[in-house]
Amino acid sequence: MKFEDEPVPGYPLPILPGHTSPGRFERVLRAGGFAVTTELAPPDSADPEDVYRRARVFDGYVDAINATDGSGANCHMSSLAVCALLTRVGYAPIMQISCRDKNRIAIQGDILGAAAMGVCNILCLTGDGVQAGDHPQAKPVFDLDCVSLLEIARGLRDEHRFQSGRKITAAPRVFFGAAENPAALPHEWRARRLAKKVQAGAQFIQTQYCYELSLLRAFMAQIEALGLIERVFMLVGIGPLRSAKAAEWMRQHVPGMHVPDALIARLQGAQDQAREGRSICVELIQQIREIRGVSGVHVMAYRQEESVAEVIDRSGVLKGRAPWFPARDLPQPSHRTAS
Amino acid sequence: MYAVRQWSVRHARGLNSFYRRFERLLVGMDGLFCALGYQRIERPVVVVERAVKGLLFDCRMCGQCVLSSTGMSCPMNCPKNLRNGPCGGVRADDRCEVKPDMKCVWVEAYRGSLRIPGGLEALSAVQCAVDHRQQGCSSWLSVAREKSATP
Repeated sequence: MKFEDEPVPGYPLPILPGHTSPGRFERVLRAGGFAVTTELAPPDSADPEDVYRRARVFDGYVDAINATDGSGANCHMSSLAVCALLTRVGYAPIMQISCRDKNRIAIQGDILGAAAMGVCNILCLTGDGVQAGDHPQAKPVFDLDCVSLLEIARGLRDEHRFQSGRKITAAPRVFFGAAENPAALPHEWRARRLAKKVQAGAQFIQTQYCYELSLLRAFMAQIEALGLIERVFMLVGIGPLRSAKAAEWMRQHVPGMHVPDALIARLQGAQDQAREGRSICVELIQQIREIRGVSGVHVMAYRQEESVAEVIDRSGVLKGRAPWFPARDLPQPSHRTAS
Repeated sequence: MYAVRQWSVRHARGLNSFYRRFERLLVGMDGLFCALGYQRIERPVVVVERAVKGLLFDCRMCGQCVLSSTGMSCPMNCPKNLRNGPCGGVRADDRCEVKPDMKCVWVEAYRGSLRIPGGLEALSAVQCAVDHRQQGCSSWLSVAREKSATP
């Protein structure tokens, strides 16, 4: 898909009526496309090329790239810096903000700065506790939670003011998102909790890994009953499991992660477990696409990022559409396989 | 105390109706508080409030009490200080991601809210960010002051 008014990479698109950001990601969603997002693991390095190398593996298969903010409470390059590098060459990053490490003064400053550097999408998160990461001795900040962060962020954009009430001269034109975990307890309250995030300003949702589709279907039915399907774009989190052992480890150690026993048994029975994991992922994506109210998938493939292209290609969700990437429109033979 | 805190959630309905009467009494006493001077009585009231709510709810004296909206489970006991519901890390046995030896404050809040009439609606209201200047101040007095000013 190429928009007629697509400018030079890194320059903002004109904001269409009803849109809040000049970004490509919001356009794909509002145009009714099935969006694909993924996650870039920020490097433990100060070399920009490490960021670009990690982004290039997704070229042609994703509409936006999440830059994680100290995910799992581990120290890496900041999400703001990763996003600034990515926007320089035209990628559409989703900047993640975690409430764990910064107070409201720092966060509001980051939102303005990010928007100034061309970041059009921001995902507001609470963040994992510091005990989960490599610096358990650090002070957890949690000045805000994701809902109050969304409220403040929306105030910056829509009311042109900081939380203090002080005016800002140019508002950040940003598409705001939040996370949700349909598999976490209490199941019966999760949809209402999501309604709070939407009320506070969330326009899109990216979920935690969903391997138990019965839970996801029940959750989406609740979302529909609350009338939220029309108000928020739902992108379901998924990813290839590398092996039964890795799946077991994730189930034990990733907070809020739920992997059904049947999936682990299927992986165990396979000759090539990594390949089977990718096949499971493809099948799940195809089933998720059919669920009412789902607008896309968020593919997380930590340390196997190169498999994202294969999984998306095999799932056929892009229907031959090639999301923008820096070299897409240059005259050269396409590297894509037909899907 | 953890056991008392859990008792309070189990008795959320009774505690909530008691608090409603108590709040009316507080608002009615605004005239007296004004005569005595809010500033002067702040300290002794804080001592009583800290003792009572500390025992019943493990209150952290944030100064902006929302217990009636959270099923009598104090959200400041959440290690992430969440005021708007649970994070995605709640364990399968209802326990906290950060402190596995306690139940998730928000799972408790949900159960407590189901016991209070209109509790679920109150739980669904968006709570704005905490004002850290209020830390250590009396919620009771600020309720008396604010609610008597806005009839």
